[in-house]
Amino acid sequence: MNSFLEFEKPLADIEGKLKELKHLAEDGDVDVSSEIAKLETRSDLLLRETYEDLGAWQKTQVARHADRPHYLDYVEGLIEDFTTLAGDRGFGEDKAILGGLGRFRGRSVMVIGQEKGSNTTDRIKHNFGMAQPEGYRKAVRLMKLAEKNNIPVITFVDTAGAHPGIEAEERGQAEAIARSIDTGLSLKVPFISIVIGEGGSGGAIALAAGNTVLMLEHAIYSVITPEGCASILWRSGDKARDAAEAMKLTAQDLLELGVIDKIIKEPLGGAHRGAAETITATGDALAEALDNLVEKDGETLRLERRQKFLDMGRAGIA
Amino acid sequence: MNWLTNFVRPKIRALVRKQDDRETLWEKCPSCGQMIFHRDLDAAMRVCPHCDHHMRLNARQRLEQLLDDGTIERIAVPDVPADPLKFRDVKKYTDRLKDARAKTSEDEAMVVASGTMNGLGIITCVQNFAFMGGSMGLAAGEAMLAGAERAVADSKPLIIFAAAGGARMQEGILSLMQMPRTTIAVEMVQEAGLPYIVVLTDPTTGGVTASYAMIGDIHIAEPGALIGFAGQRVIQDTIREKLPDGFQRAEYLLEHGMIDMVVHRHELRDTLSRIVDMMMNRDESRIIKSLAALPPAVDAPSEEKTDADDASDAAPVETDS
Ligand SMILES: [Zn+2]
Repeated sequence: MNSFLEFEKPLADIEGKLKELKHLAEDGDVDVSSEIAKLETRSDLLLRETYEDLGAWQKTQVARHADRPHYLDYVEGLIEDFTTLAGDRGFGEDKAILGGLGRFRGRSVMVIGQEKGSNTTDRIKHNFGMAQPEGYRKAVRLMKLAEKNNIPVITFVDTAGAHPGIEAEERGQAEAIARSIDTGLSLKVPFISIVIGEGGSGGAIALAAGNTVLMLEHAIYSVITPEGCASILWRSGDKARDAAEAMKLTAQDLLELGVIDKIIKEPLGGAHRGAAETITATGDALAEALDNLVEKDGETLRLERRQKFLDMGRAGIA
Repeated sequence: MNWLTNFVRPKIRALVRKQDDRETLWEKCPSCGQMIFHRDLDAAMRVCPHCDHHMRLNARQRLEQLLDDGTIERIAVPDVPADPLKFRDVKKYTDRLKDARAKTSEDEAMVVASGTMNGLGIITCVQNFAFMGGSMGLAAGEAMLAGAERAVADSKPLIIFAAAGGARMQEGILSLMQMPRTTIAVEMVQEAGLPYIVVLTDPTTGGVTASYAMIGDIHIAEPGALIGFAGQRVIQDTIREKLPDGFQRAEYLLEHGMIDMVVHRHELRDTLSRIVDMMMNRDESRIIKSLAALPPAVDAPSEEKTDADDASDAAPVETDS
């Protein structure tokens, strides 16, 4: 792992020492295997200690980690015969929200999600996962298509928010998001949403009104970015850490608030240290959630989903 | 234009401004800066007689302008958990709530009422910008749901007046969850085949716009109202370009197909009545105009004139009444 987060500095130090030791061992005849073993144990322990107790701001950084698996990684790891479907049929093709038909463990599914991109070129291509109205309108189109063919809808949520721009406003960003929420809530097919990284604001809930909402252990989900909240309420972007803590945006907080249904465990040190493991765990959680929904009839699915959101915040909060 | 209006009147105004009771008796138009006598402003439905600027209304003023005299019945909104996150920024959320309640004499940012409008029974939800920027939290969600449930129970149209800077950040993710919850409220009314009409007032931005305010059967905006999803500063910081003139204003949204019409406040009540009356699709109109709460003292700002002044000059003298 090359890119360490700020709070991982002590880990980076050990990692550096390990590398140096291994290098020395290659060069000379010195046996450093016991030293290496010792350092590796220390590194593991430190990693465990660090990740057992991540604060909200640290999780924010982990959730945004560039090496974290993104939408396309999940599609590749979990979906067979994936067939991308493009366009909103009105204006254009948005590459921040992607979607298509595929098979998940044998079953036909409609997969929709935000793609942030994993390198600079891709990040620009996918507009950092921040969709224009067309992205949400495409999502609406695909959700309706899935419903018509009685195919479950699976969404992967990973965005800092919807794109803020002149054209986005002119083409009705607000309406597009509202319509996407409305469509998701109305679906008469199973609808499962998974917050895999950053669930930012209206741009996230547009795809997250599912029957079951799953969330990765170190993902975040909030009404505004900590930076945005800090600049509005504290009038200082430097207070993002305080804002992150105050907003209760971790998966653990959200489970307690009844906003999400289940946490998907990440490998030690976060999803960016074990993409394959994370994707498999997500697949297992998804399969379980689907199994619980596929037998239900459409109207039941719609009414249960509605009731779930109606109950939210009414009970269970001290 | 003449010597009298250009020179003498401003002097008279200047003299008036120097007096101390203007705080209570006079209000300054935030758009043109003219001072307006409070009774004139109320008679003009808080539309500036000089420049036609539509000033923000609080919930009580809105209800009084909309509903027939003596028909306003406030609908109770269920209690919600207070401060579910125990949130504190530079100030405690509970203190902010206390301040807002003291300032507005309202419990929360959204008021629900039933009443008649030109004789037509309606349910209305009014967002109060004066209460923490009208922000949408658990209480607003419950208010929308209470309004929707009542509309369905009574088979009446639901008219909402949106006004909010966005989500109630102090309620964190629970404020975001009001986007689906208020959307469900709208779905309930629309499923019952009842009209759901949105009036977008200044300002309507953020999560409110991206949920119940943009899925109306009909969207009406007050002139000049700021309406949008992203804040102008955020957009400017992102694109680093100058925003176009009139960006995110009611007229701009009309031009871009996001709303059905921009309606002057003096015509709003009658327009809403006409639309609701037709949408209810009854055999004949049930509008009773004689029930109007406010006498049509002012149909258009130019008719506000109290003296025999030049009719083309929109600068009546504030001092004559
Ligand atoms: Zn004015």
